[in-house]
Amino acid sequence: MEQTTTYQPKDYKSDQYVRWCPGCGDHAVLNCIHKAMADRGIAPKDIAVISGIGCSSRLPYYMNSYGFHTIHGRGAAIATGVKTANPALTVWLATGDGDCLAIGGNHFIHAVRRNVDINIILFNNKIYGLTKGQYSPTTDRGFVSKSSPYGTVEDPFIPAELTFGARGNFFARAIDVDLKNTTEVLTACSKHKGASVVEVLVNCVIFNDGVHKQISVKEARAERTIFLRHGEKMLFGNDNGKGIVLDGLKLKVITIGQDGYTLDDVLVHDAHTPDATLHAMLAMMSGDLPVALGVIRDVEAPCYDAEVEKQIAEVQAKKPIRKLHDLLMSGEIWEVK
Amino acid sequence: MAEQTKVTTLEKVVVRFSGDSGDGMQLTGTIFSNLSAILGNEISTFPDFPAEIRAPQGSLSGVSGFQVHLGSREIFTPGDRADVLVAMNPAALKVNVNHLKPTSIIIIDSDSFGKADLDKANFTTDDPFKELGLTAQVVAAPISTMAKDGLAEFGLDNKSAVRCKNMFALGLVCWLFDRPLDKAEHMLQNKFSKKPAIAKANIKALTDGYNYGSNIHASVSTYRIESKKAAPGFYMDINGNKATSYGLIAAAEKAGLKLFLGSYPITPATDILQELSARKELGVKALQFEDEIAGICTAIGASFAGSLAATSTSGPGLALKSEAIGLAMIAELPLVVIDVQRGGPSTGLPTKSEQTDLLQALYGRNGESPVAVIAASTPTDCFDAAFWAGKLAVEHMTPVILLTDSFLANGSSAWRIPDLDTYPDIKPAYPADYKGEEPWKPYRRNPETLVRYWAIPGMEGFAHRIGGLEKDYDTSAISTEPYNHQKMIATRQAKIDKIAGCIPGQKVIGDEEADLLIVGWGGTFGHLCEAMETMREKGKKVALAHFKFINPLPENTAEIFAKYKKVVVAEQNNGQFANYLRSKVSGFTPCKFNRVKGQPFIVSRLVEEFTKLLEA
Repeated sequence: MEQTTTYQPKDYKSDQYVRWCPGCGDHAVLNCIHKAMADRGIAPKDIAVISGIGCSSRLPYYMNSYGFHTIHGRGAAIATGVKTANPALTVWLATGDGDCLAIGGNHFIHAVRRNVDINIILFNNKIYGLTKGQYSPTTDRGFVSKSSPYGTVEDPFIPAELTFGARGNFFARAIDVDLKNTTEVLTACSKHKGASVVEVLVNCVIFNDGVHKQISVKEARAERTIFLRHGEKMLFGNDNGKGIVLDGLKLKVITIGQDGYTLDDVLVHDAHTPDATLHAMLAMMSGDLPVALGVIRDVEAPCYDAEVEKQIAEVQAKKPIRKLHDLLMSGEIWEVK
Repeated sequence: MAEQTKVTTLEKVVVRFSGDSGDGMQLTGTIFSNLSAILGNEISTFPDFPAEIRAPQGSLSGVSGFQVHLGSREIFTPGDRADVLVAMNPAALKVNVNHLKPTSIIIIDSDSFGKADLDKANFTTDDPFKELGLTAQVVAAPISTMAKDGLAEFGLDNKSAVRCKNMFALGLVCWLFDRPLDKAEHMLQNKFSKKPAIAKANIKALTDGYNYGSNIHASVSTYRIESKKAAPGFYMDINGNKATSYGLIAAAEKAGLKLFLGSYPITPATDILQELSARKELGVKALQFEDEIAGICTAIGASFAGSLAATSTSGPGLALKSEAIGLAMIAELPLVVIDVQRGGPSTGLPTKSEQTDLLQALYGRNGESPVAVIAASTPTDCFDAAFWAGKLAVEHMTPVILLTDSFLANGSSAWRIPDLDTYPDIKPAYPADYKGEEPWKPYRRNPETLVRYWAIPGMEGFAHRIGGLEKDYDTSAISTEPYNHQKMIATRQAKIDKIAGCIPGQKVIGDEEADLLIVGWGGTFGHLCEAMETMREKGKKVALAHFKFINPLPENTAEIFAKYKKVVVAEQNNGQFANYLRSKVSGFTPCKFNRVKGQPFIVSRLVEEFTKLLEA
């Protein structure tokens, strides 16, 4: 349908006072969501924002759309129900690292596997904020928190790896301090048909301040992160002087003009290729390799909600019965006169 | 020469078909009971199959049975003990020895009573009847051989021919009960419509069995069960799980809503998921999700999005759904939660029946979390109960827990296909119906019913946010204000209490001036009713109040109880309903009859106990 109305970010903003801590990364992400929604131009009445429990799950109250703040970990299942019941709605899920990957891990992987057309914003601050500072499933090994006073003795989930393990078709990463790119990523997420996961690295100013600072501080960002765009060379660093190349079966950082490497050697990002191998390698980059931001994987695949409707339409095309009474009368019956 | 056949006219008779899992006893039983229903008998059936999916052939654990109770007067239960047992092998005989009367007739397939067959059923002698102490009349017929020989010209392989032996047995039973075969032939033609050769073979075996019966009738009495004049209309045979599924479809149709079921397989509720997921032509979205919690949460999502949403489960699943029921309750969204109760606790007795989830349904949530609870009383009543569950959920914006049980779920009886025009309307209250002076808010209520208005995503002008947090009575925004919380707690309770004004009053059946009032709820109706009738036939003054609406109770509940000096609450748990009633009706101190064996009540035992109470 032709789009007739244009929307401003403020059209998606509710009148509720935003109760996140001053300095919390969620504020910035909320603004990016409002902007991304205005970019997409979908009427607020046709949007449902679902959430579980946790700091980030307060988000639906700050939207002017339909919203449902549900119970811990179950947002993905409830969003699945909303979208499947009415595929015409645009459904967003706001969730955090604890809500999504600990108590809600099962619903998350199955929503991704089914490829329900929902937009999942995973606010990852690697800590439980609302319960005041316990470690989460994304907390690094050895991290000292209130519930790990001698450090954790477990390895974290990498959300991208989990998404790909669940056969996800869309994964993107953004960082709270980079408003422009976060908005771009959220817009792409919303455009993708299917379960789209955006991991937003957010800072918890109270319980995990500076958790992402190695890549979030402005001076470090160019050298320690790479923003991937489909069809573009994988370049980063000041003046885009560095690139990612494939060295055997591994990714490697090169400096253009050094060691015989030229711009031609640098990989071109293909977010649309169905093979997730390189996507996984890119998403897992750390240490000497820059942290990948942007849309890492964006592959079209059949959506669960649409397939459910399609199947109903196929059966209805073959069977004319639409009412219970007609169904019953078509079965094994007898008459008493 | 055959002697004159002795025809006995009976008011009711219990027939049990029993054989190996692969012997087709369920089909045989179903055809026989449908046939009887068509001829105007009342029927009640009880399929009794093993928990094992494929037990060894001929073994005790592999015995599959189908019991049908038919009569010329009202039939309430599948019957305590069988008058006629068809035992296709020694294992079937042995397993059913406690389901027999001293006067029973036993029909056996003598071809499968050889030494090896007896060994498989752990008999130690070559006379199984003597070994079991049976004195019943036995009709030993070489059923397998005769079925096979009769099909010699059909060109079937040996296995397919022998497989028709169940129809030979059915033919024999049809002769015994004077059932004409034409209707059965028609059913077989329908059943095997895609395999005409198999249909023909089965019909031939059926006819051979019937003719065999009429040729050997010398030593066996035959029975006549008079027809009862049933209400005119079209009938079908239906079990509780199917009736529940259809009740939900009917409610959605009446309410003008799409039906959504989010579920997860669990015995004995799985058939509801299976039936509804096959109903795509009716536009039903019935979907299997990753766990019980996802089942209910997708349903809550669908309810938020404007569907009539339901989830189906059994006791352990209800436990997993508790938190989500609380969410639907505080969010005030319509939701039907079906609990097909089974033996508990924990995994318990998954294929057996109990009424032990009542308190879980009423109270099994954190916080003050009242929801409506209703219970189906017979397999066919599952339709009405599910319809009511949908009606109350939508019209009162609340979760409704519908309790059925394994006995109802798998038991069946003849059901007159209902005319939905005679069912009450279901009218969802949308925000367009809001007439208040203040601007609409999601938790603005109808001042009389206290029901909020259902704003559905996509509606222009009603975008709103709801959730599991407490909200302000007036603004609907999040609130932790103490007086507001107290008011909201009271309001949500009052909203449920007010449902009592929208449901039928409690009925009492039996003697008006009874010396004993039996009180029951849910799936025990048939047994309690038959116990009552049996006592009344013996001149006792007894009445029965059987509850379908559990929370809230019908408005006249206390008034009924006040009329009777002696009241006994009979239920398949340790007294959950009795204690609940005591908490709701002041001064109510009933006697209790409780059995938790995973088995239906035994009518004769009920009669004995109730008579003792009456005479005490």
